[in-house]
Amino acid sequence: MHWAHFHLLTISDLSTEDIRTVFTVAERFAEMAQRPVKKAPTLRGKSVILFFAEPSTRTKTSFDMAAKRLSADTFSLAQSGSSLQKGENLKDTALTLQAMHPDALVIRHTSSGAAQYLAQNLSCNVINAGDGWHAHPTQALLDGFTLHQVWSSFSGKTLLILGDVAHSRVARSDVALFHKLGVNLRVCAPKTLLPRGIDNWPVQVYTDPASACADVDAIQCLRLQLERQSSGLLPSLREYAQVYGLRPSLLQAARPEVKVLHPGPMNRGVEIASGLADAGNSLILSQVSAGVAVRMALLYLFLTPTSKE
Amino acid sequence: MSAPECVVRNGTWQEKTCDVFIAQGKIVDILPADPTRTYEGQECIQAQGNLLLPGLLDAHTHLREPGQEYKEDIASGLAAAARGGFSHIMCMANTNPVNDCAAVTEFQLQKAAWAKPHGPFLHPVGALSKDLAGRELAPFYELAEAGCVALSNDGLPVVDNHLFRRAMEYSTGPQLLIIDHCEDPALAADGVVNEGIISDALGLPGQPSIAESLQVARDILLASYLRIPVHLAHISTRESVERIAEAKKNGVQITAETCPHYLLWDEEMVHGYNTLAKVNPPLRTKDDVLALRQAVGQGVIDILVTDHAPHADFEKDAPFAQAPNGISGLDTALSLTWSLIQKEILSLNDLYKLWAFAPGALFNLPVNTFAPGDPADICIFDPQANWIVSDHSMASKGKNTPCMGQSLPGRVMGLIIQGHLVHSQD
Repeated sequence: MHWAHFHLLTISDLSTEDIRTVFTVAERFAEMAQRPVKKAPTLRGKSVILFFAEPSTRTKTSFDMAAKRLSADTFSLAQSGSSLQKGENLKDTALTLQAMHPDALVIRHTSSGAAQYLAQNLSCNVINAGDGWHAHPTQALLDGFTLHQVWSSFSGKTLLILGDVAHSRVARSDVALFHKLGVNLRVCAPKTLLPRGIDNWPVQVYTDPASACADVDAIQCLRLQLERQSSGLLPSLREYAQVYGLRPSLLQAARPEVKVLHPGPMNRGVEIASGLADAGNSLILSQVSAGVAVRMALLYLFLTPTSKE
Repeated sequence: MSAPECVVRNGTWQEKTCDVFIAQGKIVDILPADPTRTYEGQECIQAQGNLLLPGLLDAHTHLREPGQEYKEDIASGLAAAARGGFSHIMCMANTNPVNDCAAVTEFQLQKAAWAKPHGPFLHPVGALSKDLAGRELAPFYELAEAGCVALSNDGLPVVDNHLFRRAMEYSTGPQLLIIDHCEDPALAADGVVNEGIISDALGLPGQPSIAESLQVARDILLASYLRIPVHLAHISTRESVERIAEAKKNGVQITAETCPHYLLWDEEMVHGYNTLAKVNPPLRTKDDVLALRQAVGQGVIDILVTDHAPHADFEKDAPFAQAPNGISGLDTALSLTWSLIQKEILSLNDLYKLWAFAPGALFNLPVNTFAPGDPADICIFDPQANWIVSDHSMASKGKNTPCMGQSLPGRVMGLIIQGHLVHSQD
């Protein structure tokens, strides 16, 4: 098992082979979740700091559980209740944490580039758990792993990313990952929620959801930040739901075995009709399970000396 | 060939006397007139040698309903359209309540269908921002689905460049063209006539030409940057024309309209505090009129519109600054255009293009090009007849036109829409 990386900042740092490696290791750890005793001693004595300077439930819990299942010790630090709230700058906070000699630091931050900034300043492994609109590589890896578990092959498959691509780190990382895996990519959103340079992305661009959904194998439905309306990008959540919300009539144009994904947290009735989130072809809860396995795989690959040979 | 259901006999189309055969609302055939041909069991409409024009399309009117029915309502507005030779008209959203949701659009369409089931047909223009307030986008998809054919904040120009950009981007989804009333409200301020000789002479606050041209320039820059089309409403200045000509040369997706009154009259018209010539944008200088005439002839300006803005008599009967802006245009537009043809400023082909073919293509509405299969929308027009503009001869409730009492050349003798004779002048 070859793993030559010291940090995980974006998907573009990884080769296709690296991504396959993560999936292979994650498959083993996914099995572990089925056992009565879900703990292995692999990372005993390692310490992982979970530095979440932006609200997060599932990503933080997922990393926490992943680390603990491998017997690492985790330490959580949030924006509120930390010295950041008292005006300490990011560098000083980071150096303070550094002085405690963690083995890995998982960072979530509202500023794009925050993970890279820490990686340049710290000597431990830095794993980006989402920075601004820039990247969320572990989300993309878990999305890939979720589909890897249900698809025999990625080639020839078409994935639609539906929703606010412009302000989405998930969309950027998903596009990078699935493009590497040879998946045909589509994005669909009102033009106000598409980035300016979208024509240069390796995707087909749609503003009409009905044509975007035609013959797709999977749909990743993005969360709509409710403040997009007040900033003039949308007339109303109602119109967004009626036109761009994923609903049964849109799914009819897709392949019969189409899979529905959502990185969470969902606004039921806005970007996704409530019934679809719970339907048989929804992989939304599988994504959560896959998240733990993928993050275990990453911690294993970063923190086990044998994996670095 | 199915049997023609109706025949328009002895009309002049492309300098030849023809019979036009119509079935199921569409043109079936056009044959040279033959006095020996008999028509049994077919309805005949006699054109008596008069010109056959396509039914016209006016992309810019104000019909005041709901909210100000004392100025005009949908029924009287459509009657004026029929009287003026229009088979389709578009109406702006500055009603009360504003047409910023499906409920208002559907109300307007229902009223039109009740008043004129066979046409002229009404096509509402949806508000670009909620309540035309220029702060939040209106629901474009909802408006499109209800029947709006374009979007505009007409009358209340959007100052917020960010909002206007987002509106342009969002409009690409439901594929509705944005019509922008170009006016910087801060620069236009309380100007009631063109800023210059006339404002000085009359002692009235002037509206500078750049109040329009600056926003024209903004829209061109946005259209170029975003590669999204914008249509510019009622252009009135030379500077605007020059910007548009340059933009078109550079491939920017800009189209523009002007009105007969900007091609015919200059600021001198308001002398004597003539409130009937008070309009927004104001009548400009002779030089602006010349630039606009040239622009229309060269295709820099794509279409003509009336900007039909009816007002009640008592409202215009006021000191100049207090009188509302606007000219009632549907009844007189074709005759005013004919006077431009008589002056050899426009040609008959220009008339077809500016009042029917080009707006039809721009707003995706069906117009008659006299080819088989086209909608049988035919305006029978007598270019020799003159008529006196009077309260009685105008169908619009708004009698506010500087032509009041004058004799105008050319008269609509009949209007056929989809094979139905909806208006005839006896």
